[in-house]
Amino acid sequence: MSAPVVEVRGVTKAFGDVPVLRGIDLVVREHEAVALIGASGSGKSTLLRCIDLLEPIDDGDVLLDGEVVTDPSVDPVAVRRRLALVFQAFNLFPHLSVIDNVALAPVRAQRLGREAARARAAELLARFGLAGREDERPDNLSGGQQQRVAIARALATRPRALLLDEITSALDPELVGEVLEVVRDLKAQGTTMLLATHEMAFARDVADEVCFLHEGRILERGAPSAVLEAPERPETQRFLRRLLEAR
Amino acid sequence: MSAVAPDDRRAYRAAVERRRARRGFAIAAASTVVVVGGLTALAVSSPGWDSVRDTFFDREAFTTAFPDVLQGFWLDVKLFVLVEIAVLILGLVVALARTTKAPALFPVRAMLVVYVDVFRGVPVILVVYLVGFGIPALELSGLPSDPLVLGAIGLALSYTAYVAEVYRAGIDSVHPSQRQAGLAVGLTGAQTLRFVVLPQAVRRVLAPLLNDFISLQKDVALVAILGPQEAFRVAQISASSTFNYTPLLAAALLYLAVTIPLARVLDHMQKRSRSR
Repeated sequence: MSAPVVEVRGVTKAFGDVPVLRGIDLVVREHEAVALIGASGSGKSTLLRCIDLLEPIDDGDVLLDGEVVTDPSVDPVAVRRRLALVFQAFNLFPHLSVIDNVALAPVRAQRLGREAARARAAELLARFGLAGREDERPDNLSGGQQQRVAIARALATRPRALLLDEITSALDPELVGEVLEVVRDLKAQGTTMLLATHEMAFARDVADEVCFLHEGRILERGAPSAVLEAPERPETQRFLRRLLEAR
Repeated sequence: MSAVAPDDRRAYRAAVERRRARRGFAIAAASTVVVVGGLTALAVSSPGWDSVRDTFFDREAFTTAFPDVLQGFWLDVKLFVLVEIAVLILGLVVALARTTKAPALFPVRAMLVVYVDVFRGVPVILVVYLVGFGIPALELSGLPSDPLVLGAIGLALSYTAYVAEVYRAGIDSVHPSQRQAGLAVGLTGAQTLRFVVLPQAVRRVLAPLLNDFISLQKDVALVAILGPQEAFRVAQISASSTFNYTPLLAAALLYLAVTIPLARVLDHMQKRSRSR
């Protein structure tokens, strides 16, 4: 069996004196989707940023296709080109048109010709229902459209795995569905994903495994049906009950 | 409930609106006449007015001196354009060197902090004077000795310090999440700066940059203290030989002819950036 696409081994991380990750172990295999759930501040976002090498880790290792990428001798830029991170707040480039947002990395990071990059970008945008919006500025789009552009931008470099950081949390409720639909499609096509989410119904649909993060540790993990419907740990039960009460 | 038809109501509102606007205009016009008229009357009725009129507003002195002053002004314009281009490039280089974190550049960064502090803190006229008379005094071969070049260097040294700070403020104003996004899509740090951060930073500081343009356009006259025959210098020479100050007024009008349009462009840009 080949190495998992993403593997996290005993990763710890503290911001100053505040521990955020206290020893995380995690495996995402090819074509698998793993969902991270847990309260705000439980470390989901930090974990994703550490995997994409946007934050240095204190201890442990992150492996990409079996290769340790948190070794200081590894070029982080090369690693980030093999992964893609979609942010909660989209973080599109406001000075570039929609299509240039998507084509920037293929042109500059992958040295793909401008025409080829734009063609690929247009194809991705069309796939996510954004045909005809190529030349607009991101600010003129709705939140849901912006997040779909951000997903297209992330996929433009053909990453090995997609890291999704609460990509619907900044959206108006009526726009959540169109973004989740895109992710469902990606899952159906076999995209490898690690996603932090607050949408439990969505996690149940797309995830092969759900991990419950609590104070920097994965307290419970397993099939969505097990973790979400019959959680064993009292912390998981409390977290899910609170989510239910909030509705 | 009023029985007025919607169309009538709209017409009525428009009429009130028009009346209000007309009244505002009338008040503005009246107040302008009172203020400007009052000030003019004050100046004209002053005991020295007759001699001021003769020495500052002499039509004949104006027409005689104007061609020479205009010729001097071309030197100002050329100097301004050259110094401005140098300042825009050097300022960016200084700002970038101050924002990078490369350890090898630490001594450069430390020197640039001192440079910016010193040249922003010393009056421009002093910098021009010190460069203009200090560099030739070194008597080193290879250094420029043309007062025009030295004046340009003095101006560039001063204004680069200001403009570097403007750029730096722009770079700092771009949210860190933009840098993160650039890195996340696989750009290098330098590419992120070049394609993500700088375009947004420069756009944000266009108005303050243009503001420094306008200052520089006026301060070009300071090279006069080193001798070059630019507009102010020409006017001064003419004034001291005829004992009539009208040529200086001609020079002032020429500066205004450039700075006022620049100021309007600036207003326009600020309005546009606000409406975005």
